[in-house]
Amino acid sequence: MIQVRGLTKDYGTRRAVDNISFEAEQGDIVGFLGPNGAGKTTTMRILSGYMPPTDGEATVAGYDVVSESLEVRRRVGYLPETVPLYNDMTVFDYLKFMADLRHLPNGNERVNETLQLVDMEERAKGYIGNLSKGMRQRVGLAQALLHRPEVLILDEPTIGLDPGQVVEVRKLIRDIGKERTVLLSTHILSEAQQICDRVLIINKGVIIAEDTPENLQASLIGSERGMLRVKGEADNLIKVIKKVKGVKNVTPKEEGVLEFQFAPGTDVRAEIAREIIKAKFDLLEMRSVGMSLEDIFLQLTREEQNNKKL
Amino acid sequence: MRNIWTIAKREYKVFFATPLAYIVMLFILGVIGLILSNAIMQLANNPFGVNQPPDISIVTGPMSFLLVFSIPALTMRLLADEQRMGTLELMLTAPVRDWELIVGKWLGSFLYILTIIGVSLIFPLILNSLITPGIDQQKMLSGYLGIILVSAAFLSIGVAISSMFNNQFAAFFLTLGFLVGLWFLIGIPAQIFSSGSELFNYLNMNSRFHSSLNRGVINLSDLVYFLSITALGLFIGSIVIESRRWR
Ligand SMILES: Nc1ncnc2c1ncn2[C@@H]1O[C@H](COP(=O)(O)OP(=O)(O)OP(=O)(O)O)[C@@H](O)[C@H]1O
Ligand SMILES: [Mg+2]
Repeated sequence: MIQVRGLTKDYGTRRAVDNISFEAEQGDIVGFLGPNGAGKTTTMRILSGYMPPTDGEATVAGYDVVSESLEVRRRVGYLPETVPLYNDMTVFDYLKFMADLRHLPNGNERVNETLQLVDMEERAKGYIGNLSKGMRQRVGLAQALLHRPEVLILDEPTIGLDPGQVVEVRKLIRDIGKERTVLLSTHILSEAQQICDRVLIINKGVIIAEDTPENLQASLIGSERGMLRVKGEADNLIKVIKKVKGVKNVTPKEEGVLEFQFAPGTDVRAEIAREIIKAKFDLLEMRSVGMSLEDIFLQLTREEQNNKKL
Repeated sequence: MRNIWTIAKREYKVFFATPLAYIVMLFILGVIGLILSNAIMQLANNPFGVNQPPDISIVTGPMSFLLVFSIPALTMRLLADEQRMGTLELMLTAPVRDWELIVGKWLGSFLYILTIIGVSLIFPLILNSLITPGIDQQKMLSGYLGIILVSAAFLSIGVAISSMFNNQFAAFFLTLGFLVGLWFLIGIPAQIFSSGSELFNYLNMNSRFHSSLNRGVINLSDLVYFLSITALGLFIGSIVIESRRWR
């Protein structure tokens, strides 16, 4: 559904996207993850037919984004990062306008159905200029969904939404992603973890990792972590826990809270608990802390920088 | 065609939600109304005077003059604002060709000007009822055709210039300067330089309007001229929008 080969984009002398390649099939939800300025928006703009790449090629829904741009645009739903909307129109009129540009039959019904999908029916007659940021986001999403496109490109779709809506929109994206192809960008790593089948980590215009969230986590874990909480000061416990076999490192966090790292595959928690009791501390809580995508992400981008320096 | 119409319809409605567009309409109709009522009063005071009774050019002449200053205010927003607000990204990722966007914008503003021109028809009607044997219909037709052609060309220039800017005031002043040049100033170099005078005379929009269309003379070459300027403006606008993609 989406095929990208050697895509490169220069803005003047600045290279925003540097020779990236990836693919996404029907039914895939692919997440673009990367820090500010990584090139996510640039890539999405190229795939949505907004601008041509400097080099490389991309096909979306079987059509070339440069030579068959119009065909691509007919089949793609795109939510731009800035969520541009006509403030001087009502929500309904705006969506009807976009539906007319897409030559949708039964435009009025389609608009109403889509408004329901994003939970904005009550504001249909209101002016877009008077909407809150989250509501604008939902109108933008409705615009992208109007024609039930084969490919959805969503640039930071949940930014600015309240927690309830975030859950709703993520669910919506997952539902849509069952039959269609979704490419979304986000800074929220747990979001990528929750909704994406595959994550592309991009930094400085280069894809530095690509895998399922689970595999990324597994492949990068050098050690597992756990945390424990005891009553009172825990500083004296550090030495005690360090003695337990398999424990690599212990770091104090806040008062009464310690974090410990241990080799993967071993479980040291029972032994640690025994030692704590023996040392006459009151153990309040202990659990393992998985390595989050957050950590993976920071680690990868840091590695990337170090490699450059060498 | 369908996309052009969809875009034009939206644009036309936006004009009716824009205070500036109403101001432009009131300005044009108000000034012509004043000029006309002044002329009618003179006629009433001096029915057997040596002066010719006013003809239709008392409406179309000032109107052409007012268009030079009004049209930049109508077109400045058309594409500059889309760029400033980011909605251009919406249009450029919709299944719409770049030229359809430009022509749609132009058509929307053209329909708005046609509305103003339509309302202004009350002035010839009033004039017709006051003078005997009524106004010269041939002159009326060609004068109004001239106004429509001038509007079409002016709007197309305005749309093209608006596509070059993110800032509507920059678009306003450049369009105004361009129209003032094309309407008032272009006759000057034709008088000074003998060598290029043919080109300047060819381009002189003012003389095409005042010395033929507004005198009841419809020349094919004038029609071709106005339609070519209109097409050229729309073409340039489309090229500019397309080139924006490549930056
Ligand atoms: N129109 C533009 N003109 C010049 N440079 C640009 C333009 N748009 C983006 N850039 C540059 O290209 C690089 C990539 O930007 P891009 O917007 O694609 O990043 P991003 O991954 O979407 O970042 P964010 O997470 O902040 O949205 C940045 O260095 C940015 O400054
Ligand atoms: Mg971005």
